Amino acid sequence: MLQLLKYGLGLARADRRHLPSETPLKKSYDVVIVGGGGHGLAAAYHLAKDHGIRDVAVIEKGYLGGGNTARNTAIVRANYLTPEGVKFYDASMKLFEGLSSELGINVMYSKRGHLTLAHTDASVRTMRWRAEVNKHMGVSSEVIGAEEIARVAPQMDLSRSARWPVLGALYHPIGSTARHDAVAWGYAREASARGVELHQQTEVTGFDMADGHIKAIETSRGRIECGRVLMAVAGASSLVAKMAEVSLPIRTVPLQACVSQPLKPFLDPIIVSGSLHTYIWQSQRGELVMGGASDPYSLYSTRSTLEWKEGLMAHMLELFPYLSDVRLMRQWAGMTDMTPDFAPIMGKTPVDNLYIDAGWGTWGFKATPACGKFMADTLAYDRPHSTIAPFRLDRFETFNQLGEAGAASVGH
Amino acid sequence: MKLMPCPLNGSRNIQEFVCGGEVQKLPADNAPNREWADYTFQRENAAGVVREWWMHVPSSYWFIAERDTRTDEILKTYGVEDLT
Repeated sequence: MLQLLKYGLGLARADRRHLPSETPLKKSYDVVIVGGGGHGLAAAYHLAKDHGIRDVAVIEKGYLGGGNTARNTAIVRANYLTPEGVKFYDASMKLFEGLSSELGINVMYSKRGHLTLAHTDASVRTMRWRAEVNKHMGVSSEVIGAEEIARVAPQMDLSRSARWPVLGALYHPIGSTARHDAVAWGYAREASARGVELHQQTEVTGFDMADGHIKAIETSRGRIECGRVLMAVAGASSLVAKMAEVSLPIRTVPLQACVSQPLKPFLDPIIVSGSLHTYIWQSQRGELVMGGASDPYSLYSTRSTLEWKEGLMAHMLELFPYLSDVRLMRQWAGMTDMTPDFAPIMGKTPVDNLYIDAGWGTWGFKATPACGKFMADTLAYDRPHSTIAPFRLDRFETFNQLGEAGAASVGH
Repeated sequence: MKLMPCPLNGSRNIQEFVCGGEVQKLPADNAPNREWADYTFQRENAAGVVREWWMHVPSSYWFIAERDTRTDEILKTYGVEDLT
């Protein structure tokens, strides 16, 4: 009691900050990571932990994890279509499994099962194709019929009288969700504990280039000389790359999402319909997290639109008619950097010390741990890690696209 | 409802239109593969005023729109004949 009183009246309090307070920018760093979202922070953590590269600064124009890391819908899965994609996302899921203990923070990794519904014969065919590729790559995935769907997700309208009856589904038992903020915070804390400097409110304004090489980065807080530079700026990739005279095959499009008022837990699996352009899962707080198709044209604005919401809800009510009285609570949009082949861009660029982590259309959050780990390896050894080599930027010049039609928001 | 001022049909619901992407310069027929690859895949993707192809779907009418990609404001639309 006395001790409590003494502590309460005392001026010296234990520092309870999550992150160390910010220091002035140094004149130079071995590695500068542009972008303090999940990806940039994960790369910083792995540079320090796996490779002992600790003279690293993460510079972020806003605040940590406050960009598109905060705007995704938190689904983690590996049931993609291309062998390259499946292998990469499978590696990411394996890292997610142990992430809470690795980072010492509860990332609320929750395995719920993931159903991708097929409403047409054509989409049943795509599901079979995906299931076969997945199984070949050792990822659990299976096409199931209406009876089994009713067992996994009895909450849906599975009647044949629906406008788009559910014919079957790609069932991915390991499909999961995780808390995106905790992932970013965990990486930030563990990276800074290993000596990485985190600089928020620090915006890149230009690159000082000479002979295809970045000599220094101009920022809103001054000039930094740098060894290697990683850009991990989802939603601003084309703009940052342009400062380094690199042009990208990216269109930036908003992807709108929303959550309902909280309801008692009733929906365990994650349910996606590519044909209806809709997906839904219930968060630990009971809110229904819902999203759908990307906006129809490019835009650098996170505004929401009524038309889009009406369209999404019309489809949602076909699957869950009894949700018609449920209210929406929040809405937002994230910036999706869409690539022509729906696969990300990772690896080297024409600028010899600039490395790129971009093109994360609707598939960025689930890639966070693997992308961080493999990009750190790529920077440390100055060559693409074998798992991410197929995602190289110059694949478009040589017409070696990946054709990742297993991405969300791709109609099939 | 967002309106698109169509040079042929007047102001219509933007959902009647599709965006055909940035106005780009077509490479010469005998241009190297590299140039065709850039034309096919690379995008300016600017944050600011851009010139784009748009089509009114029911009338299959293609035209040019100048739009600000930061605010989604449509500044100007005109027929292809006025494209410079």
